[in-house]
Amino acid sequence: MLPPVFGVLFDGIAYGMLLFVLSVGLSVTLGLMNFVNLAHCAFAMLGGYVTVTLVNQFHWPFLATLPVAFVAAAAASVVLERILYRRLYRASDLDQVLLTIGIAFISVAVAAYFFGTLQQPIQTPEFLRGAVNMLGIGLGKYRLFLVGVALVVTVLLIAGLDYTRFGAQVRAAVDNQRMARGLGIDVDRTFAITFALGSGLAGLGGSLAIDIVGLDPSFAFTYLVYVLIIVSVGGLGSIAGSFAAACLIGISDIAGKYYVPELGAFLIYLVMVIVLMWRPAGLFGRR
Amino acid sequence: MTALATRGLSKTFGSLVVARDIELTLPVGARYALIGPNGAGKTTLINLITGMLAPNAGQITLGNDDITGLEPQERVRRGLARTFQINTLFAGLNPLEAVTLVVMERRGIARRFWQNIADNKEAIEEAYSILEKLKLGDCAYQTTRELPYGRQRLLEIALALATKPKVLLLDEPAAGVPQEESGEIFEVVGGLSNDLTLLFIEHDMHVVFRFATHIIVLVGGAIFTQGSPAQIAADPGVREVYLGKRHHG
Amino acid sequence: MDNIMRQDASSAATARVTPQQYLQSLSRWRIIEIVFWLATLAPYFLFPNYLSLASQIAIAALFALSLDLILGYAGVVSLGHAAFFGLGAYSAGIFAKFVWGEPFTGLLVGATVAAIVGYGSSFIISRFRHLTLIMITLGLGLLLAEAANSAHWLTGGSDGFQGIEMWPVLGLFSFDLYGKTAYAYALGVLFVLFLGARRLVNSPFGLALRGIRENWVRMPAIGAQSRAHIRTAYTISAFMAGVAGAVLAQTTQTVSLESISFQRSADVLVMLVLGGAGRLYGGLVGSVIFMIARDQFSGIAPQYWYFWIGVLLVMVVTFLPNGILGGLSKIVARWRSK
Repeated sequence: MLPPVFGVLFDGIAYGMLLFVLSVGLSVTLGLMNFVNLAHCAFAMLGGYVTVTLVNQFHWPFLATLPVAFVAAAAASVVLERILYRRLYRASDLDQVLLTIGIAFISVAVAAYFFGTLQQPIQTPEFLRGAVNMLGIGLGKYRLFLVGVALVVTVLLIAGLDYTRFGAQVRAAVDNQRMARGLGIDVDRTFAITFALGSGLAGLGGSLAIDIVGLDPSFAFTYLVYVLIIVSVGGLGSIAGSFAAACLIGISDIAGKYYVPELGAFLIYLVMVIVLMWRPAGLFGRR
Repeated sequence: MTALATRGLSKTFGSLVVARDIELTLPVGARYALIGPNGAGKTTLINLITGMLAPNAGQITLGNDDITGLEPQERVRRGLARTFQINTLFAGLNPLEAVTLVVMERRGIARRFWQNIADNKEAIEEAYSILEKLKLGDCAYQTTRELPYGRQRLLEIALALATKPKVLLLDEPAAGVPQEESGEIFEVVGGLSNDLTLLFIEHDMHVVFRFATHIIVLVGGAIFTQGSPAQIAADPGVREVYLGKRHHG
Repeated sequence: MDNIMRQDASSAATARVTPQQYLQSLSRWRIIEIVFWLATLAPYFLFPNYLSLASQIAIAALFALSLDLILGYAGVVSLGHAAFFGLGAYSAGIFAKFVWGEPFTGLLVGATVAAIVGYGSSFIISRFRHLTLIMITLGLGLLLAEAANSAHWLTGGSDGFQGIEMWPVLGLFSFDLYGKTAYAYALGVLFVLFLGARRLVNSPFGLALRGIRENWVRMPAIGAQSRAHIRTAYTISAFMAGVAGAVLAQTTQTVSLESISFQRSADVLVMLVLGGAGRLYGGLVGSVIFMIARDQFSGIAPQYWYFWIGVLLVMVVTFLPNGILGGLSKIVARWRSK
């Protein structure tokens, strides 16, 4: 029989996996183009609401909505990138921060208008409810599912980066943009595609998050903080970094709230500040 | 008396060697040129000497001081200045403000937040006289980003000169300047005091032969050869390295 | 405003002005500035029922000015500046309630606490740039906000800090219900600190800060200690933000978690950017517009208010990157060249 700490650990890892799916897209696009996109979690929110609508209004099965959420968020990002983001690639940090926060504010208001401010519940499929008992700890089936999805995403991402030509272009551009351009790589197009994929993953994360943390319009900002912490701590442009940081933050947050609830969210902010002071580019970052 | 020296200066990025065991000795008042094909590591060497890049091995001496571990601004305070190949100017300031800033930093009065800047008569006059010497007096109040490119290159040099350096590293001072305007820049370079030690990167061989008393050839991060202009001109290896290039790199 | 002054001076300069005179002319008081400050007295005559709003605007303006020093002049993007505002507010409040109710001493206490924390954190802040810097300012701000929330034995937590009783200003003017004393006090404090900020901006240090913002890479190459400069600017900025927070505590006689919240950090950033950063008056103009608008639209739900802020931000970044003052100076410049 395992002590309850393993249950906390498992919950922390599952939470971390969710955060990973939400964050990895931002980490790669930041590493690629240094574009600070604070509207990232608005795309997650979009994905979540797509799932809510499809499940509650149109009675789609939950799993079927996941790819749609991915595609919807990716499509929205393409539109936004064309119209607005494109002009700001060489703009200052401040301008990028302001523009993307503005978009996030707008999306929160739109969500509130169409869906109201209350949390949206959905029915997850039967086989994902309940828990599996292993060595005396209850492992939530939905959480196991989360871990599974995240691992599949990780494998696909790493395989994509390491074994496809597109992946090689992304790696080159993250490593040294000027040289990549010099080699004839269309960095802007690479970024646009990567941005769409990253936003799509955020949308997927948003859908997956509904059953764990709930979905309401404030999602865009509440989880933005976590995502930014993970991206900074993990290092820009690093999938491994996002994975490690997500686990670290996920476990710290869950364990912190379980064992020392008076600390509240204090712990993860402290973790972030300490890690950044020790390694300003993040655990796996460069520069 | 040696103004600047490096011993065994090396730098690698992973498996890429950008500087290999570089040994340099610049006597006071030297006019040395650093030449080599693109990618040879000339700007990298300047970055290493000024402290913008940390070496993996080696030592750098300025006069009698070992400056290897010092921060870039510390090296400037000891008399080492450089210009940048690509204009690295204060785009929103005008030349007077920019040079005044440098003079004030040098005099240690830049931190005075309680005093109107105009109260520092000497510093301002010093700044203005530097501008006049570089023929920038008549555009002293124009915002830098509005200046013609040739003027901006002169301002690059003015900023470096305002630090009152003992050693000045010029990275392609006339880079990108059209033929008609580059004369002004070289006039300035030629008019620099003989106490000032100069190392300049240059591609235009006419300029090199006009100003340099000694030429160092850098290839692949290492010193290929060095010598007097006559020696270098006659060296078949150098010609091979350049493959017949005689003008711009 | 800066650009107009420069163009004026530039054409005057070709009429043979010494460099020293030229630099002096840049810091001359302009008529429009005098008009602006005279206009701040208007609420007493024109809007006597809105004096408490006017006080809030003066406080916000001072806070925005403090942010301008580091953001508009040194280029440090902070998403957590409310930390200093809140520290000033809570310190002044606690001081007034438990020690001494004299207003000016309270200001000093609030400002000093904020400045000490500012100085300490400046060692971290000055080492970083770009996203890391933004994240650290955000993180430190959130940390302090959480700390204030948790320490409810000291701060009152989410119930707020109550029971502040202020002694009369200068022993003569007590804080009345109509807000007359409060506004005079807030405005007076704002003006005095504004004069200080104006002097700083026109000083050698102000030039050095602009150098840092204009070209970070060049600064070490001219022998400048950029990190030390940023530390000094950050500490001064924290001091000013602390004063603003203290004035809030003293004039409203309560302190709430809002004063140290991310919301306050975000709002002040919007105010500054709206007016135009790096122009000294940008934060002041932006605060006036923002606070009046918020007061007028206070009926609508918060997320819809933020919808319009979002639209505003997108508009400003796309069309008016230097804020309202930047746009105005462009218009004036074009009109002059006709």
